[in-house]
Amino acid sequence: MGVYTEYHPKWYRRHVSTWWWMGKWNYLKFIVRELTSLAVAWTVLLMLMLLNSLREGEGSYRDFLEVMRSPGLIALNLLALLLTLFHSITWFNLAPKALAVRVGGRRVPALMIALPHFLAWIVVSAVMAWLILRR
Amino acid sequence: MKAERSNEPFIWSLFSAGGMVAAMLIPVLLLLFGVAIPLGWVEAPEYQRLLALFRNPIIRLGLFVICSLPLFHWAHRFRFTLYDGLQIKHLNELIFTFCYGGAIAGTLIAAYLLLTL
Repeated sequence: MGVYTEYHPKWYRRHVSTWWWMGKWNYLKFIVRELTSLAVAWTVLLMLMLLNSLREGEGSYRDFLEVMRSPGLIALNLLALLLTLFHSITWFNLAPKALAVRVGGRRVPALMIALPHFLAWIVVSAVMAWLILRR
Repeated sequence: MKAERSNEPFIWSLFSAGGMVAAMLIPVLLLLFGVAIPLGWVEAPEYQRLLALFRNPIIRLGLFVICSLPLFHWAHRFRFTLYDGLQIKHLNELIFTFCYGGAIAGTLIAAYLLLTL
């Protein structure tokens, strides 16, 4: 039989505050990165609203554009945009850690993996903007 | 004791794929529809043209991917934000249902909207 440490519910444990992540920049960065997911979900919600308005007809689409012009929403969207940019940048910077590519027994340098992601991001964004905005 | 098969790897692969789609495509969409068009930096696309674009089969499929996978990314990340950030592990099941239920609901709504567009 193995030797187990018995469960002692009354042992002293340090209490960790709910605000533990406020102390250090690294912890704060971690929480901000986690919160970027809210901005991502919010953008999907906006897209669903756009799709719904397109479905309903031109008047509904005009209403959607009008609602999006309200200053409060623009401010919220600017904040959300910063968060989604933070997500993209941290995501592409992590890619070399997830993809350990080896060529000829040597590990490909991190920059060589991150850089194509950033380039693809720029191209994909430009194509998307062109598709939507071209007249 | 029988080892239980975990569904975490599957969930994680959705998180990962959603994270990539979100990183590549979400900022430009938010920039256009949330900031640039409302502020008049660029002109809003005309109704008929945008509708025609979104009805294109490839674009439609792309929009479905954009409106579903990132939601699973959100579900995974937000679940752990709630667990770790707020230390409310005792609400695990509720949080799990809320997050993945939300992602599944969003996916179904996206499918419905795109199929009837």
